[in-house]
Amino acid sequence: MTTTYEPNKVLSNKEFKVVGTRPVRPDGADKVTGRAQYGADLQLTGLLYGKTLRSPHAHANIKSIDFKKALALEGVKAVVSAKDFPETKDTANYGLGDSPMNYFRGNILADKKVLYKGQAIAAVAASSVHVAEAALSLIDVKYEVLDAVLTAPEGMAKDAPILHDDLFTKEFEKQTKVNSNIAEHFQHKMGDIDEGFAGADVIVERTFDTATVHQGYIEPHNVTALWNDDDRIHVWTSTQGAFTVRAAVSEALAVPVSKIKVTPMEIGGGFGGKINVYEDPAAALLSKKAGHKPVKMVMTRAEVFEGTGPTPGSHMTVKMGATNEGKIVAAQANLAMEAGAYPGSPVGAGAMCVFTAYDIANVTIDGYDVVVNKPKTAAYRAPGAPNAAFAAEQVIDEIAEKLNIDPLELRLQNAAKEGTRRADGPIHPRIGCVEVLEAMKEHHHYQSPLTPAKNGGKVGRGVGIGFWFNIGMQSACNISVNNDGTVNLVEGSTDIGGSRASIAMHAAEVLGISYEDVKPQVADTDSVGYTAITGGSRTTFATGWAAYEAANDVKAQLIDRAATIWGVDPDSVEMEEGVLRSKTDTELNMSFKDLSAQLNDTGGPIVGRGAVDPSGIGGSFCGQIVDVEVDPETGKTDILRFTVVQDAGKAIHPSYVEGQMQGGSVQGIGWALNEEYYYSEDGRMNNPTFLDYRMPTSLDLPMIDTVIVEVANPGHPYGVRGVGEANIVSPQAAVANAIKSAVGARMEKMPMNPAAIMEQLWS
Amino acid sequence: MAKVFIPSLMQELTDGQTQLDIQGSTVREIIKELEQSYPGVKDRLMDGFKLKGNINVAVDGEVSPIGVLAKVQENSEVHFLPALGGG
Repeated sequence: MTTTYEPNKVLSNKEFKVVGTRPVRPDGADKVTGRAQYGADLQLTGLLYGKTLRSPHAHANIKSIDFKKALALEGVKAVVSAKDFPETKDTANYGLGDSPMNYFRGNILADKKVLYKGQAIAAVAASSVHVAEAALSLIDVKYEVLDAVLTAPEGMAKDAPILHDDLFTKEFEKQTKVNSNIAEHFQHKMGDIDEGFAGADVIVERTFDTATVHQGYIEPHNVTALWNDDDRIHVWTSTQGAFTVRAAVSEALAVPVSKIKVTPMEIGGGFGGKINVYEDPAAALLSKKAGHKPVKMVMTRAEVFEGTGPTPGSHMTVKMGATNEGKIVAAQANLAMEAGAYPGSPVGAGAMCVFTAYDIANVTIDGYDVVVNKPKTAAYRAPGAPNAAFAAEQVIDEIAEKLNIDPLELRLQNAAKEGTRRADGPIHPRIGCVEVLEAMKEHHHYQSPLTPAKNGGKVGRGVGIGFWFNIGMQSACNISVNNDGTVNLVEGSTDIGGSRASIAMHAAEVLGISYEDVKPQVADTDSVGYTAITGGSRTTFATGWAAYEAANDVKAQLIDRAATIWGVDPDSVEMEEGVLRSKTDTELNMSFKDLSAQLNDTGGPIVGRGAVDPSGIGGSFCGQIVDVEVDPETGKTDILRFTVVQDAGKAIHPSYVEGQMQGGSVQGIGWALNEEYYYSEDGRMNNPTFLDYRMPTSLDLPMIDTVIVEVANPGHPYGVRGVGEANIVSPQAAVANAIKSAVGARMEKMPMNPAAIMEQLWS
Repeated sequence: MAKVFIPSLMQELTDGQTQLDIQGSTVREIIKELEQSYPGVKDRLMDGFKLKGNINVAVDGEVSPIGVLAKVQENSEVHFLPALGGG
């Protein structure tokens, strides 16, 4: 497939020395030569292998479990179940909000009931994986199978089978007496919705359904745990948050965090799905029961699909009204998202993002968190927002169509800007919504005629824009100066997208040294201060900020040291571009390298520290332009051209920002066109392999063109906004709008696979 | 006084009022003051000495990383929101 490829653009706001350049990533050589250590590579003396017994039913009571035969098998060293958890408090919180302990532990090892196919029930440690697997087949579990609930509307139905006897609907934290699958209902209200619709000349209302989708990281979950003889626990794992794992193991096993060390291994993708903790506590329990031997557990692909958290399916109704002049005057959304087996869908975030790109006076949004018999959902890039945008961005498009207004022009006319009040209340600070839309409108792609069909199908163009808040949270960083003029940087954010590089660049910029002279390292939980998850697009923003603070601490100490050596007042010394100099005596100057060589003789080592929990978070807007070709006889859709435009605030490393934009867009395309958990009526996933769970490959896609818009975030020293998530919010809607433009079918279901398109065309 | 926005599903506790002007220099003081006039507010928002794990507070548009310890200025806006996570 050929396409017009426009080189990536950076609409830069400010030039720096290191920030904004494109150096090679420090972990690159190890990764491309296969030397990087992933969890499955770990080998320890006396290593045992663990496997997990999983429920074959979507909903069932566990009547009994008999381990006798499994324990009798030669090579089996230990078996654990929920009965091995110690007595402890009622609530767990490992950094992701409060959760009832029985729900938290139930998702690690189920106790009396299983709530989804693939839920862990027991685990075995043995001398080999094969023996462990054989032992699983010898465990005798008696079930009482129950009717399953698979979608939010099914779960909300009055006569629905109830998953939890102890779950009562909350209304913004008000506990009701209604035992239901609706865990929570909340509402955002602004203005007068009835008055708003009364003033509208055109109103569009549609209902949308989206399927369950997995993050699809290539590396499966893995863990090795050693419960030492002295009761210290060491966990090596693939995770987006080593400290989160430490807290989760601590909460699950009632062991103090000071006795747990977590070493994050290299990570082969996460996208939010490796924040939650699954087999780690069971591996530690197995290690203890097996006589303090290390136990390694590596999931199969089917276990990843069926036993870990996908992003939710959803059922959403969106209604919007506008005047003939194109002013949107009212918007209403009713969003129900599947939490999976335990409460906690991302509907809250979806509700806060659904209309955030627009300035609308009258808005009502209702959100429902609904438990169903599917794996407990986990985060997946901008969780909840892509579902919501799939609905809202199609309704906006339909309004533009009815009013005969260019769809980007309608969005620009109603775009949120600094001072616009969001439906959930707060006022937008400086944001880049308008700038992103303008860059889209001016882009060569949007100004060009439709890309011609390649296979005789019908072509169409669609656009969409999405928003993600981004988060801050805690980060820590230490920097120590080496006597050869380099620095070692130790930080706690596991690197899932090139963040070692972007964090190191913060330090290099402050110290005025080259990026190559900063040696970044992701440390274990004993070696660096508390650092929250790599997620919420926070890592470059917050851990980069911690590095900025640590580098400034180093810089202040270097100035003091130079002043000591020269016998002058530190206030008379400055450091710029890696050179220390007196402000008053031009003869007094020294490079950072020269001073580094003298440290041990002039007062000892210099170590800087940075620890932050920053406010000043900058949300990011991202928009897509997509040309598609649809075969009207088969419903097959090809992406002909795709452009993504995102506000990065300041792109510390533009190549990695572009990588995030392209990656989020590609995942959005897969979600749009193919990806779904395909369920049987009794709740079994029929496609738990990458052969049948179809994700796009490079052969399916054109080059994704990127434009980085830089509307500096005033809350960050370099203007950074997180960029990992906003790019997945609206590709699905943009593709849907392009399909509508091509063949006239308004797609209310996702994925928009050939069957769904043909169904819509024939309806 | 700070302008406190009451979440719509909590307005039953504030006689239907959507916004209230409340005196206080921190979010904790604001909630304490609200509780004086509208009993039940504190239980909805707080668990012991901190905000409930599923609730955030935004002061002047910025979600506070320190919850009820956040400073509130004379003309600040205060919003209580569902907590968010990201991927």
